[in-house]
Amino acid sequence: MARVVWGLATSHVPSIGAAMDHHRTETPYWKPLFDGYAPARSWMAAHRPDVAVVVYNDHANGVGLDLVPAFGIGTADYYEVADEGWGRRPVPPVIGAPELSEHLVRELMDAEFDIATFNRLDVDHGLTVPLSVYCPDPGDAWPCAVVPLLVNVIQYPQPTAARCLGLGRALGRAIRSFPQDIEVAVLGTGGMSHQLAGARAGLINTEFDRMFLRDIETDPEKLAALSREDYIREAGTEGIELIMWLVMRGALGDRITRIHDTYHVPASNTAVAAALFETSSASETAPSEEAGEEENTA
Amino acid sequence: MAGDTPRDDRARDDYVQDLARARRGYAVNRLCGSLMDPANRRRFTENEAAYCEEYGLTPEQRRAVLERDWIALADLGASIFYTYKLAMLDGTSMQDLGGVFTGMTTEEFTEALRRGGRSFG
Repeated sequence: MARVVWGLATSHVPSIGAAMDHHRTETPYWKPLFDGYAPARSWMAAHRPDVAVVVYNDHANGVGLDLVPAFGIGTADYYEVADEGWGRRPVPPVIGAPELSEHLVRELMDAEFDIATFNRLDVDHGLTVPLSVYCPDPGDAWPCAVVPLLVNVIQYPQPTAARCLGLGRALGRAIRSFPQDIEVAVLGTGGMSHQLAGARAGLINTEFDRMFLRDIETDPEKLAALSREDYIREAGTEGIELIMWLVMRGALGDRITRIHDTYHVPASNTAVAAALFETSSASETAPSEEAGEEENTA
Repeated sequence: MAGDTPRDDRARDDYVQDLARARRGYAVNRLCGSLMDPANRRRFTENEAAYCEEYGLTPEQRRAVLERDWIALADLGASIFYTYKLAMLDGTSMQDLGGVFTGMTTEEFTEALRRGGRSFG
């Protein structure tokens, strides 16, 4: 059976990708941010999964104005990198894991999460920047296959935070029931506090961010109880992306260990964080929430 | 800076892209979204007014696009993720836009972020 081995929460600010693409990571502006990633990157480089499920939102690139699914999963063999309006990022195309995608869609449907399916999808910075945070120098190919899991966060009303945590728990169960012996990482992306438009542009709420960064490990239920209005008020109109961290958190199961985290202000207009968690199933056979189930005896 | 700007020209605190705004801004968002295509970027640059005609903008939206009136675009239903494609065509950054929305210069806005961001108790 497949195992969920680690989870990474990470901001997906486009300028982080641009800093890597244009070799600016050692400049005074960017160095502190990239130094903060280093321990997580070293650990992840030593723990390469077979597949990464990347929970992200599209930013008017792969999802248009005509149809805005609340949740979607990419089911393709590969995904082109989007031209968002100023040329494609110089990163490899993203190789899919269509068998796992198909399994996840079916299992999530059976768990009563009605998932839109993307048989073709151009992936934007919301997906490629987290891959670059994970693996800064992919060369010709990313080191793992990818299942994109999309959440609408740019059109109101977004799914509730509680629904995102519930989706994550169902996602974790679905991954662990996939009948191939593979290791899967889950990336929850976006945030932290930021707002791009309006008189509150430039909003950063470090107190809220620090709380979120702490409680995502120990008290995700508290974060899931916040309303979308709470997220927008406290973290900004774009800070509501943080609900996607809850999908990742739900998939990891109850028992996790924090490997590393980092918090930095700013990357362009955004507060940036990364938080890396290892699951108990990475070293044990099955997570506690599934104790007594068949795979626990493996 | 902000004190020099008439009240009516100020940005609203937040632009939550709800369904009413999605309806109102559909045409202008569609125009900005079309700029993902390099061929469309070229055509837009060659004749902006003619390009606007193809997308059925309201007169207010048309003026806002041609004059790069970022606050008016936001007021007229444009989503920042779409207008950013128009901004990037001109080399206008998200920090430039932050300055426009907040009545600061780009430098003031960037410095506010470097100092930890703008706080709203």
